Amino acid sequence: MSRLDTRQKLAILADAAKYDASCASSGAKRRDSLGGKGIGSTEGMGICHAYAPDGRCISLLKILLTNSCIFDCHYCINRRSSNVRRARFTTAEIVDLTLAFYRRNYIEGLFLSSGIIRSSDYTMEQIVEVARSLREDHDFRGYIHLKTIPDADPELIRRAGLYADRLSINVELPTAEGLKRLAPEKDVRRIEGSMETLKGAIDEGKDAKSRFRSAPAFAPAGQSTQMIVGADGANDGAIIARADTLYRTFRLRRVYYSAFSPIPDASAVLPLRRPPLMREHRLYQADWMLRHYGYRVDELAASTDAAGNLPLDVDPKLAWALAHRALFPLDVNRADREQLLRVPGLGVRAVDRLLAARRQRRLRLEDVARLTVSIAKVRPFLIAADWRPTVLADAIDPRTRPAAEARQLELFAA
Amino acid sequence: MRVVSLAEEDDFEGWRDAARALAGARAPATDISWRVGESVVGLFDAASSQPLPPAATFTVPRAFISLAESVICHSDPERFALLYAMLLRLRDRPAALDDAADPLVQRLERLAKAVRRDIHKMHAFLRFREVATPEGPRYVAWFEPDHHIVRAVAGFFVRRFAGMRWSILTPELSLHWDGEILAEGPGAARGDAPSEDPTEEAWSTYYSAIFNPARLSVGAMLKEMPKKYWKNLPETALVSGMIKEARGREAAMVAASAGTDGKMARAKADLGDTEREGLAAADAAERRLEPGGNALAAWEALLAEAKVCTRCHLYKHATQTVFGEGPLDARIMFIGEQPGDQEDLAGRPFVGPAGQLFDRALVEAGVDRARTYVTNAVKHFKFEPRGKRRIHQKPDGREIEACRWWIEQERMLIRPPVIVALGATAGRSLFGRAVTISRMRGEPHVLPDGEAGEAWVTVHPSFLLRVPDADRKREEYRRFVDDLHRIGERARALA
Repeated sequence: MSRLDTRQKLAILADAAKYDASCASSGAKRRDSLGGKGIGSTEGMGICHAYAPDGRCISLLKILLTNSCIFDCHYCINRRSSNVRRARFTTAEIVDLTLAFYRRNYIEGLFLSSGIIRSSDYTMEQIVEVARSLREDHDFRGYIHLKTIPDADPELIRRAGLYADRLSINVELPTAEGLKRLAPEKDVRRIEGSMETLKGAIDEGKDAKSRFRSAPAFAPAGQSTQMIVGADGANDGAIIARADTLYRTFRLRRVYYSAFSPIPDASAVLPLRRPPLMREHRLYQADWMLRHYGYRVDELAASTDAAGNLPLDVDPKLAWALAHRALFPLDVNRADREQLLRVPGLGVRAVDRLLAARRQRRLRLEDVARLTVSIAKVRPFLIAADWRPTVLADAIDPRTRPAAEARQLELFAA
Repeated sequence: MRVVSLAEEDDFEGWRDAARALAGARAPATDISWRVGESVVGLFDAASSQPLPPAATFTVPRAFISLAESVICHSDPERFALLYAMLLRLRDRPAALDDAADPLVQRLERLAKAVRRDIHKMHAFLRFREVATPEGPRYVAWFEPDHHIVRAVAGFFVRRFAGMRWSILTPELSLHWDGEILAEGPGAARGDAPSEDPTEEAWSTYYSAIFNPARLSVGAMLKEMPKKYWKNLPETALVSGMIKEARGREAAMVAASAGTDGKMARAKADLGDTEREGLAAADAAERRLEPGGNALAAWEALLAEAKVCTRCHLYKHATQTVFGEGPLDARIMFIGEQPGDQEDLAGRPFVGPAGQLFDRALVEAGVDRARTYVTNAVKHFKFEPRGKRRIHQKPDGREIEACRWWIEQERMLIRPPVIVALGATAGRSLFGRAVTISRMRGEPHVLPDGEAGEAWVTVHPSFLLRVPDADRKREEYRRFVDDLHRIGERARALA
């Protein structure tokens, strides 16, 4: 095989990394390069430096160290039996590339993952070495997200946490059976065991930090994970329940959902067609409702259809509200925060602004309109000083509204 | 009319000092004209710059200061007057800013939001290019912000690139950082900035590789990265080509995973008909030798999972799951109803009386059973115990639905060109609705889920066993063999 230059390797190894959904660079501690000898800063909020035509943000240099792998997971393009072209970066090449991109303000930092070569420990060592070199040799203070290998030595994971802002381990599939079938070498207990170790280390790091200012920070942006949607038979209800368990058990910052997309040279056990991208979107909406709007899993599960999936035609919040019509309309001048948060079309920010504004005045419909994105969407659910909904909430349900029949009238009909 | 001159477009201190003094004296907002730079006295400025009244002290909420700091950077010439009007209101009613429903508060918030967005986009979309200088590399960027935000963003770039020497050039102002001191310079032109950087090639490579063509969503991209920024971004030159290719690339990916390898699928697009036929034959030969790469491993994993299936309650009483069997490159897939008494004990499909009849009919029709895949719509035996015997019962809709998942997995693995539903249960499983056999038998049908391949329908062999009249039995058997014969011919024709 001919030797590949850096650009060819970059094309292969970035292409192989694109199935990871996460590109977030948020949640890190504030930090800058003043007084150091290098570059880099994180200011809490992540920055998207570019957007690809798939609408996803490019915030980090997201690459694999290598796409060779000793595992044979069916859904993965890099599995052992796949005949994709293989490439491997040296640690120094990744460090140089990261710094060159960062200096030109292309990226917020690095998201490094890898196929497993030789052994889990060896691979993890290489990943940690990249982070070490960036932090120690180059005094790099930008964002680093490392994918950890479930079976690696806990000491290596501890070192990774000292250099990285965020660590993640992918649970890959929502069900244990799916994992067993599609990723035979992976094991749900080992994955969860590693998450548990990480949670312990993150908690310990926080605790030490609260007592000694000089204590080193351990993965200050926490840990996240990713699930593939539509590669096995799990329905949305099961996926949400699984995500909720993960959030509560391991205190994850984020669970990412990645709609399975057809990969070149796919294993025959996989479905050929992608699940609708809308399904992934609905899952993110449900996830958001879980984390920010105070919905419980069983409430979300109640708005799924007979097959346990979220409706694709209406968003889950509207679906829930339509199923609980008795709770609406709400008086926008009197309802409490938790109630208002359940109105479809009102977000956390809009609710807070409504609460602040109603201390100043009795809100009329036009006031509400100034504070929300779409008054038409929230109007049927609210009572304001000068407004009572006259249209029943049913009428706004796109599923019950009769579709206009497109028919040419007959000129000479009797 | 009183005229107040501010030093710069974003002169917050100047505005604050003047506004504080004037609001202290309760000067009405309509009496003040705000100017920037050396003010030329206007036509209506009869009484121009008067000395400011002595400063009175009063406090405003901190939120107003940060709002004003943002709004000052906006390019709207009314911003100074709007802020002053708000300040007057705050003097009497300190909570006035909380009233987000008020039109003035809303207008100010809109201005501040536009400025914050502009700042955020400058953080994101500014691109440095490296220039060699005698003192070492210097990084120079050209950017055209919408509002007067250059001083407001300076801190961000200083904090981020402290260890680097850089310059940011904009039409209004330029910033220069030498590692210790930030210097301001006059505005510049695009031509003053370098026009290329070799690293941009690597960046463009990365940009096009990280894009997943299966998820094309141009609207989402344009919402966050509007076209006005494109001219200064090196990577956007690739976008239109990437969009055009995306649909084709996804189709190629699906085609590639549907049996051939990627190279072949791409090559196929520009071949003539005869060459395409040749390729298909080669493809078919390859499939026989090496059925679908790891299809066998996948089928074994599927079988292992099916063995412990609990998707419906039938597993409770049946002896075992009876899964399909046959070569994974089979050209014909037969779907029966469900295992019977003997199949349930043997763990293999079509071995009981109906199975024996089926085998005989296949031989007469000239179809080699060893080259076909035989399976059932429902994988567990459903029965009613009567004395020592187990009497077969028809599976109901829920059981068929629960088991349909397995059929779909088997079909996905084997991808047979011809699928045959034996009997009504199999027909229902395959088509997702009740079918009438007499109306559908004898001709190919399109698969309802749009998959490649043909569906055929005929009777289940157990039906033949139940026909009471001997003559009719012979006749039905003949029809069954005819159907199988036609199916066999069709499978050969499609091969």
